[in-house]
Amino acid sequence: MHRTNSSNDDIIICENVNKWYGEYHALRDVNLRVKRGEVVVICGPSGSGKSTFIRTINRLEEHQEGRIIVDGIEMTNDIRNIDAIRRETGMVFQQFNLFPHLTVLQNITLAPIWVRKQTRAESEKRALELLERVGIREQANKYPGQLSGGQQQRVAIARALAMSPRIMLFDEPTSALDPEMIKEVLDVMRELAHSGMTMLCVTHEMGFAREVADRVVFMDRGQIVEENTPELFFENPRHERTKLFLSQIL
Amino acid sequence: MATEASQPRARAPRPSIGVLEWLRQNLFSNWWNTLLSIVLLFLVFQALSGLLRWVVTTEGWIGVTSNVRLLLVGRYPPDQIWRPELVVGLIAVLLGLSGGAWRGIPLVLAVGFSVAMAVLGLLSLALPPDQVQPVFSTRLFLFGVAALTALGLAAAWRGGSRLRWPLVAGWILLYPVAVLILRGVGEATIGTNLWGGLMLTMILAISGIVLSFPLGVLLALGRRSNLPVIKWFCVAYIELIRGVPLVTVLFMASLMLPLFLPAEVRVDAVVRAIVAVTLFSAAYLAENVRGGLQAIPRGQVEAARALGLNVVQTTLLITLPQALRAVIPVLVGQFIALFKDTSLVVIIGLMDLLGAAQAIYTQPQWLGIPGGVWRETFFVVAGIYWIFSFTMSRTARQIETNLNVGKL
Repeated sequence: MHRTNSSNDDIIICENVNKWYGEYHALRDVNLRVKRGEVVVICGPSGSGKSTFIRTINRLEEHQEGRIIVDGIEMTNDIRNIDAIRRETGMVFQQFNLFPHLTVLQNITLAPIWVRKQTRAESEKRALELLERVGIREQANKYPGQLSGGQQQRVAIARALAMSPRIMLFDEPTSALDPEMIKEVLDVMRELAHSGMTMLCVTHEMGFAREVADRVVFMDRGQIVEENTPELFFENPRHERTKLFLSQIL
Repeated sequence: MATEASQPRARAPRPSIGVLEWLRQNLFSNWWNTLLSIVLLFLVFQALSGLLRWVVTTEGWIGVTSNVRLLLVGRYPPDQIWRPELVVGLIAVLLGLSGGAWRGIPLVLAVGFSVAMAVLGLLSLALPPDQVQPVFSTRLFLFGVAALTALGLAAAWRGGSRLRWPLVAGWILLYPVAVLILRGVGEATIGTNLWGGLMLTMILAISGIVLSFPLGVLLALGRRSNLPVIKWFCVAYIELIRGVPLVTVLFMASLMLPLFLPAEVRVDAVVRAIVAVTLFSAAYLAENVRGGLQAIPRGQVEAARALGLNVVQTTLLITLPQALRAVIPVLVGQFIALFKDTSLVVIIGLMDLLGAAQAIYTQPQWLGIPGGVWRETFFVVAGIYWIFSFTMSRTARQIETNLNVGKL
């Protein structure tokens, strides 16, 4: 495994990342640096490439140009580097993507047992602690299909945390939820942010961004248009496209 | 406007009508329906009473009752009959223990098997002694098997869950052990050319199912592989086999294969039939499993990969278990078809259950019976096929229900 020695404070470094789907230029020269412990919210209109971008960071999408360095590991085609990065990053999806044939507890302990080679006992102990932390310890032996959307998403967060990642990637974690369940998921994310986790969140929850984010990044048509602290971003957007976007959703 | 809170009720109102009212509404609502109902009832009555009269009065049952051994084991040497009996005894013990250890489906199967054997034993008491050969051992055997199953159940009833892993090993070992017992060792081996009847049908079907399953899964995975060589080999294999009838595959295996092999290498006829059935079934199984794999949402694989599981782990732990659950009904349907398709081995000279039936009705001693014994023989053989197929189908339904607990 190849670790580059540029490890200052930046845990994620993206330089001139470009991606195409066939003829379609999905990401255009995306540059972003995320510091350890920083919470970055990415927003933008649909089709702006924000999900695509966050998914290049753990190689669910392949980028064709530019460099991505996560926790000092450069993303190359070497499967060992990709696996190493995936062990460092947890991901939460819009559609939860829990494994429906496994119980909540099995969903959470699967990766620690098979990837981290933990014993069943220690992984289950840790899983129950995490379920306690996201507030649904009593659901441990149910199947995902028996839980509400909000509970499922909290299980998904616990599942990602069970691998003790250094970075959490959230890909529209509340977009598929009924309004009354959004809060319970955001509460968990807020708590996670305060605990010092590095987080990269694609979300439309502007209240969450304003309150929790260290930085807000606005993307449109595959580019980063503007990035700033939440105060400045919301009070004083510089670009026309940002102003238009904010006027539409706020 | 204030709505009054209404109390929740325990169940929806159940519309109930009497039997007579149902009949009037559905069968005799006007003169035309009335006429149709009467005519159809008459036809049904005619058919059923005719069948019943035939079952009771026909003389042809003697063809079956005096050839039970031929139906069950074919031309297997009569003095060696203890060998298949020993195998059935082993199955009885394993089944009984499994029923106690797992409860649920194995319990139902074990009880059903035990009761069926006891009923057969009682039926054999009703037969004249000259048709049950040899009288003592056959009846003892049937009741003995019923008792063994019950004993196994009783033995594993308390604390049987400890036996689960040894039992799994036992079932896996049963196959080679059974073959060894049936063939014998040393000088006095019993060639597979003498194997036949239900025994041969079961061996062909079980071998075909057990062997084609992993092969089919591998072909399904291979067809979805990113490696072009593997992918195209699997596609070519599946499409080739699916494009030809089973009979041609059986002929290829039994007649053409020996031409390509050196003269010293002689592959057993039963083994050739098993190979043919397996290769044939695997191609269909592969397509069914592929259907299940395609139904898995992409997000499942993405979630597994994002957690750091590698390709093999993702397949074995995430996609394959879900895909197989989704296609259980189709797979069982295919296994039932395979079970019945084994009857085609008659064409390559093996005497399975159907072959035994043919051998029975062509026996010269039935010339005196008007109409011969073929109707009765095929009636019984069809019944045997039906019992096994129906058991498989119901078992699968139950497994499906059990697996669906807690699913979306």
